[in-house]
Amino acid sequence: MLIFENWKKIVILFVSIFAILFSMPNFVNNDNLPSFLKSGEIRLGLDLQGGSYLLLEVDSDSLQTDRLNSVADELRIALRSANPRIGYTNLSVADTNLTFSLIEEKDLKAISEIILNIDNSLIIDDKIYSSIKISFSEDKIKEIKDYAILQSIEIIRRRVDEVGTNEPIIQRQGEDRILVQLPGLDDPERIKRLLGKTARMNFRMVNETASIDEAMSGRVPPGSDLLFELDPRTGEKTIPYIIYKRIGVSGDQLVDANPSMDQYNQPVVSLRFDSTGSRKFGDLTSKNVGKRFAIVLDGEVISAPVIREAITGGSGQISGNFTFETASDLAVLLRAGALPAPLTILEERSVGPSLGKDSINAGMYAAIIAIILVIIYMLIIYGARFGITANVSLIINILLVLALLGVLDATLTLPGLAGIALTIGMAVDANVLIFERIREESRAGRSNIGAIDNGFKEAFRTIVDANITTLLAAIILFQFGSGPVKGFAVTLALGVITTMFSSLLLSRGIITIWYNRYRPDSLNI
Amino acid sequence: MLRLISDNTTIKFIRLKTFSFSLSAIFSILAILSVLLIGLNFGIDFKGGILLEVRTDKKISISDIRREVSNLDIGEVSIQDFGVKSDYLIRVERQSGSDDAQQIAVEALKGVLSKAFNNDIEYRRLEYVGPTVSKDLISDGVMAIFFAIIAMLAYIWFRFELPFAIGAIAALLHDIILTLGVFSILGLEFNLSTVAAILLIIGYSMNDTVVVYDRIRENLRKFKKMELKELLDKSINETLSRTINTTITTMLALGALYLIGGQIISDFAFAMLWGIIVGTYSSIFIASTILVYLNIRRNKESES
Repeated sequence: MLIFENWKKIVILFVSIFAILFSMPNFVNNDNLPSFLKSGEIRLGLDLQGGSYLLLEVDSDSLQTDRLNSVADELRIALRSANPRIGYTNLSVADTNLTFSLIEEKDLKAISEIILNIDNSLIIDDKIYSSIKISFSEDKIKEIKDYAILQSIEIIRRRVDEVGTNEPIIQRQGEDRILVQLPGLDDPERIKRLLGKTARMNFRMVNETASIDEAMSGRVPPGSDLLFELDPRTGEKTIPYIIYKRIGVSGDQLVDANPSMDQYNQPVVSLRFDSTGSRKFGDLTSKNVGKRFAIVLDGEVISAPVIREAITGGSGQISGNFTFETASDLAVLLRAGALPAPLTILEERSVGPSLGKDSINAGMYAAIIAIILVIIYMLIIYGARFGITANVSLIINILLVLALLGVLDATLTLPGLAGIALTIGMAVDANVLIFERIREESRAGRSNIGAIDNGFKEAFRTIVDANITTLLAAIILFQFGSGPVKGFAVTLALGVITTMFSSLLLSRGIITIWYNRYRPDSLNI
Repeated sequence: MLRLISDNTTIKFIRLKTFSFSLSAIFSILAILSVLLIGLNFGIDFKGGILLEVRTDKKISISDIRREVSNLDIGEVSIQDFGVKSDYLIRVERQSGSDDAQQIAVEALKGVLSKAFNNDIEYRRLEYVGPTVSKDLISDGVMAIFFAIIAMLAYIWFRFELPFAIGAIAALLHDIILTLGVFSILGLEFNLSTVAAILLIIGYSMNDTVVVYDRIRENLRKFKKMELKELLDKSINETLSRTINTTITTMLALGALYLIGGQIISDFAFAMLWGIIVGTYSSIFIASTILVYLNIRRNKESES
């Protein structure tokens, strides 16, 4: 009699029932199943259900530049109002450095106190009085980066929610990257357009006294910018404006924005300001009736209308060369708020829903054909009894992989389906090892019991050793792989683990129970 | 029950070593030369660039698409048709300039296609990889393969002995070189899933090698006086039936994947099929055969 402990039988029974039950939601209509089984439903990756995978980079250096620019403004005031006055030249900000020159070396002593008063996290390189360099400390840079990322994630989430896709995943990746996964998106171009805009909007007065021609030839008056209106179709610069740098009202002070139609049936964006915004907007418009002011978005002029009367109600309308679509995009951007720094799309992988469906079908057919071929092969090579044993354990094995994928909430990707097909091929390897060993032991003249017992025992070590190599490959693949390849590593690793169960416990259980019941004279293997 | 291999084969594998080593050496040199001279056909994962898969209801030709995109200033464009319907793969080389440049080219490309084909065009897949990410992906891929080799070396050394580890790594390098070679010679696209396939080939080849090694170790303990050559042959023959059966079942599964798994996965399945053939070959003719030349300690009780 072959010995097979009862507790092992119980484990086999439980695991097999678990595998069958929890893989069911993937085969039958979900509505007929009890709700606790639904956790077995496998989440499909973007390559199978369709959707977009975007890897974005936050340009946090530009946020440092912004912050240094405001340091520069304060520094100018501080130096000018110092007593005695401190002379300086060439104060400018480039990338992550602020540089200026002192006129007299003796002012060097006073300077660091003034700078640290503005922001004590600044690092000052003042070895040479005529070339002083200021930048943020490592800690501060990290803080700025963290802020930029977290704030960007928040704004991205709001913009994505506005467009309404189900279950978006937005997560930080590494130091300055954000991974956005949008399942089942019909029009990835729209969301990319929305994410590509910083959406920093403000209202600034147009400098109508300066000469456009002079500005175009490079002599922009100090305190003003030369900005352009763009053609909405071609993106080419059309009308130039000279606009004061001073911000009249900032887009931060908006509480709502919506697309609508004006009295000429042209698409416009209606705005509502918060109370400070309303007051500022009222002041600005009442002081400047008859003058032009510009609505500037990310350094481009949307429109520059003449103020006809004071607007005091806290709401306004911006017109421009909008289509209804561009008007509603702008409204979304204004409602969601501005990004702290520009985003760049580093990588995109979008799959349309129809390709996803085709991929699932092709992958499933391939897996089913693979299973059938392997089943037939095993029956031919190892005969009915051992062949059926191997095939039962193969099927339970595959169901167990599916059930675990569902319960662990892993994502099944197209490479993951390939991993399952590969598991089918390799899962039988364990059984092949065992059966071959039993054949050998049998040939060597052992009794049937001895052959089976020794077959399993001797094959055990080989199976563990051999599978650990595959497991190692899977772990490394998971570490270094990205997106879909990670999904492949997961199915592969699960396949290794379930193979151990199905060959060392399940197959052994079936063979033992069969042998003990029928006591055949020959193993027929 | 069917035996593809008779029960007591006594093939003299080791005696073939001059032949098999020369064969492997010639193929490896060819592979290396091809990679150096022809190079690998890197996909956008590693080269950067844009890949757009489109399907149209109307039958259009490659030249129709080419005519439309030729006016765009987006560098080299390759167009390939496949599948039963009007399916096309459009590949655009990496745009010079910043990461933004890719996005601008994508929009331009989609713009002219939609206009030219009256929106009868369906965008099935769009992938683009900017220069920053493609660099990361290359280094990740190289690191992954490097660490996989190190991990296998360490594992075999730990479980067996140093000579076995050296033999296993020689077989691994052989498999990787031949896989790179076949990709180079056939001009197959080398992308992220190819790297995944190489890692799997490493895993599979090791799996196969370990099975034979396991038997060699067992026989080393059993037959302390047997000549090493004879012992290696005996071990390979004893595991031959298993080697053949497992290779066939795995190839059946991958063959199904290659033929009907769809266009995206077929290159991956091909790489794996190839890898399994060379992996099986190398576990016998490289990993095991090379042990003749390495100083295996006999008479020593290795760990159980």
